[in-house]
Amino acid sequence: MIDATALDLDQTLQLLQQAGALLPDEAPLTTAWLQAVLDALCDLSSRDALTGLVNRRSFEMALAREVDRVARSGEAALLLMLDIDHFKAVNDTHGHGAGDHVIRAVATAVAQTVRPMDLVARVGGEEFAIILPNCATHVGLAVAERVRERVSELAIEIGPGQMLSVTVSLGGAFAPQWVRSSPLLWTERADRQLYRAKAEGRNRACLEPQVDSLVSAEEKGMLFASLNLDTQQDLP
Amino acid sequence: MSTTIDPAAPRPPRAGGARTLAVTSGKGGVGKTFVTANLAAALAARGQKVLVLDADLGLANLDVVLNLHPKLTLHDVFTEKATLEQAILPAPGGFSVLLAGSGMVEYSRLTPEVRDKLLHIIDLVKPRFDWVLLDTGAGISDVVLYAISLAQDVLVVATPEPTSLTDAYATIKVLATQQERRQIGLVVNQANRVGEGKLICGQLQQVLQRFVGPAPGQTFKLELMGEVRADVAVKQAVLKRQLMLENYPGCDAAQAIKALATKILG
Repeated sequence: MIDATALDLDQTLQLLQQAGALLPDEAPLTTAWLQAVLDALCDLSSRDALTGLVNRRSFEMALAREVDRVARSGEAALLLMLDIDHFKAVNDTHGHGAGDHVIRAVATAVAQTVRPMDLVARVGGEEFAIILPNCATHVGLAVAERVRERVSELAIEIGPGQMLSVTVSLGGAFAPQWVRSSPLLWTERADRQLYRAKAEGRNRACLEPQVDSLVSAEEKGMLFASLNLDTQQDLP
Repeated sequence: MSTTIDPAAPRPPRAGGARTLAVTSGKGGVGKTFVTANLAAALAARGQKVLVLDADLGLANLDVVLNLHPKLTLHDVFTEKATLEQAILPAPGGFSVLLAGSGMVEYSRLTPEVRDKLLHIIDLVKPRFDWVLLDTGAGISDVVLYAISLAQDVLVVATPEPTSLTDAYATIKVLATQQERRQIGLVVNQANRVGEGKLICGQLQQVLQRFVGPAPGQTFKLELMGEVRADVAVKQAVLKRQLMLENYPGCDAAQAIKALATKILG
């Protein structure tokens, strides 16, 4: 058994306090208390310090879980990659403090636009990722557009009386429903659409064109319309 | 025409590396592996250095078709238990094969590792051959689509069965859109009558034009590369696990495969 009294927890508790993590209510050094401390540490290590969003590590774990889930359930799931347009200019013109304000404001706006079940992560400096489980393919673009619009409507206060607006570009791809893909391939596909959105002028959302592998009744009808496969007669 | 190459007359492979051709089908059991193996033999008979790579990782059966019992396979290359040289085997018909082996089921899920390994192996074999034929799995799983994406050209094998045609159509549709392929070859296998291949190809092309439609300024072409009539010799070769081109070189199907090779060689 672990002797809890022998553990040096000062640094841990200080870190949790500094991060604003709620310290456990239980009596110190009991099993329940230690468990709560560990849970708080886990939570802390899965979040991005600046925005409070899920960080890259936890995003990757969530994405792998979603790939497995989609393969099993066959549900459509959308991955959106989002990047703040011309963010370097914000930093260069207004300073890094202003840049941090912008990142926080965008993070909050995005998180408030999507459903509670969706996962918003900060995966890089000014780059975010959104996993949208059970998102029907025909609403994908509307969802991405709503996020884009919401951010563009923001008036971000970067200093006393100093307001700034930013735009974002989004790229998205649906997890292939008929197979078990890999998180990396999925991310690459969404990233490719993000590059496309950037290349096409920014402040826009691009989704990978849907490839419908199902063959509709109309297609089948046309396919067999004049084939007469039941005859043995040679053709001219 | 002999189906074995003359080992006394070695020649350097194609400059710039092998041409890569993926052979696929929407539906299983339409003779995809049969067409691949015999096409390889027909190309070899024309003096080409040919490797058939068993890219049907989950359900490989090239070894069954060719009656080979390999000790070393692609699986051993993947796990670094064998070198590429050890795993590339001579096949009847004068071409080489790299068989997947039964341990490949674990690779039937496309992970970055599988992807990188396949890509690496194809890069390694390309300088040594004129042709690398990828015998892919059936259907449109991402392993199949990925294997196809590694090839310059695609040959879709279909029979006149309605289910086979529907699945071939779905495959071609996905390849035309997702992989932005502008040209795909079609082989109609087990054709019941002369001209059926042309009829089917034309019909598929029409439906594709109507429902998939190339992007503005682009054209999509489904080209009929071969029509292999249903032939008793094929059934016999398959049951005896012999290469049709070697054992029934004069039959109609063998002639059709030779014509396919000629057309591919351009």
